[in-house]
Amino acid sequence: MSKLNLKRRGLLIAGVSGWLLQCLPIRLNAEDSSLISSFYGDQSIEPSGVVLKTPSLAENGNSVSLEVEAESPMTAMDYVTEIRLFAPQNPDPELAVFRFGPGAGLARVSTRVRFANSQTLTAVATMNDGRLYSGSSKTIITLAACVEPLL
Amino acid sequence: MSLKVRISLPENAATNDTVEVKTLVSHPMESGFRLDTMGEVMPRNILRTLVVTYRGEKVFETIFGPGIAANPYVAFFLRATEPGEVRFVWEDQNGEVTEIVRHLAVI
Amino acid sequence: MNRCRPILFWLFALLQLVSHALAEPNPNASSNASPSPKQGYDYQSADVQSLQDDVFSNPGMLWVDEGRELFDQAAGANDQSCRDCHNQLSGVAVHYPQINSRIDKLVSLTGQVQICRETHQKAAPIAYESRTALALTAYLFHLSRGEPFQPVPESLHPDLLQGRDYYHQRKGQLNLSCAQCHEQNVGQYLRGDLVSQGQSTGYPIYRLEWQALGSLHRRFRACDIGVRAEPFGLGSDAYTRLELYLRSRSQPLPISAPAVRK
Repeated sequence: MSKLNLKRRGLLIAGVSGWLLQCLPIRLNAEDSSLISSFYGDQSIEPSGVVLKTPSLAENGNSVSLEVEAESPMTAMDYVTEIRLFAPQNPDPELAVFRFGPGAGLARVSTRVRFANSQTLTAVATMNDGRLYSGSSKTIITLAACVEPLL
Repeated sequence: MSLKVRISLPENAATNDTVEVKTLVSHPMESGFRLDTMGEVMPRNILRTLVVTYRGEKVFETIFGPGIAANPYVAFFLRATEPGEVRFVWEDQNGEVTEIVRHLAVI
Repeated sequence: MNRCRPILFWLFALLQLVSHALAEPNPNASSNASPSPKQGYDYQSADVQSLQDDVFSNPGMLWVDEGRELFDQAAGANDQSCRDCHNQLSGVAVHYPQINSRIDKLVSLTGQVQICRETHQKAAPIAYESRTALALTAYLFHLSRGEPFQPVPESLHPDLLQGRDYYHQRKGQLNLSCAQCHEQNVGQYLRGDLVSQGQSTGYPIYRLEWQALGSLHRRFRACDIGVRAEPFGLGSDAYTRLELYLRSRSQPLPISAPAVRK
């Protein structure tokens, strides 16, 4: 009887901690870090200042709405030069690069991207003085049912 | 090659307004990763860049990867200063260009 | 007990006979569908719904734009555009499928466009799922956005009943009929898909799966392949009759083409 109780308690602890872990802010895992450092080398990237939005659940990986914004006054002295989007689980992880002039007014872009798999996307913004900032967003992709063969 | 394009640019803008510009272009964006029913890779056929200039100055550029969804939708912003031309140029991987020019009225 | 059984049996049989005789098929009633007809839109995620709602960035609108251009473009040996004969064709989509009197056959709107193209414009034939056919179909259905399909006239009842029979017929290795999913299991999950009522008012649709706009018949093929049945051809009689049945079943839902589906 006591053995059973221990098992149940273990499960309860595992369940609660699993849930708690999900609530922690998303950090880049080792694999994603190496992908991103291959672009930016040793330069440190501040994991804030970039808001990346994708739906938490997407019905089809072929087209998922995405919005990314790097916070900046966008003046001639202080502006975002580039935002690079990464999808580590995609066969080609470089989704897109967006470049801005200070005349953009806002470093905010909306587009639609492909997800090969459920994954966490990362956006890295480069400022005109070289500082780097990043943000991430996770999306789970579900599988369609009635699919036809291609062509 | 002229792609079918939809552009949404406000009719007019107040000076120093930051306005949203939306673009939608018809292109299959074949990623180059899909297999056809015979198991052969379908060759990549994607757009490479979108460059937007406002009164001659580049305000926005997109470099597309194969991970951008088919019929690419890209919306961005620009700060309206004076009335002038907004020029949109899409170039695909074969170097073919589609250019659209719109006028932004600024009051 | 033994004496009662034959009487009960015959009573039951009589009751069945009577109920069947009384239940006359009323093809125009949506009695077989769920109490309140709902478009596929209601079964999509918020992301997909907003894609459809945004008139600007709905990818299907690219085909509508193209269709509008094609409608005005001269084509064929007579160098005529659609507009040269048809001043405007708004309100035409709600009458399809209908009988083309020349060939005395039921045709869908796309089928009619194909016929017009070849017979009247004397242009090269276009395939059912070709860019041109899809663009013109999308444009014409879009013109009728907001209106429900017209009820199916009496003259089309034979075709309608055949369409209805197809809808209720089990088929394929999975031995499923359309009705078993789209009536008996609406709102349930089939893998990651929420099963809809299978309404046709959004067609032609931009399907994320296809990454392009496609026809209702293409969707029928996908469904038939999904249950491992041999699919019919695009524009085939079987699918055109099924399309007719879906038209009657959709009352009073409005046309919402081009819809976006996953």
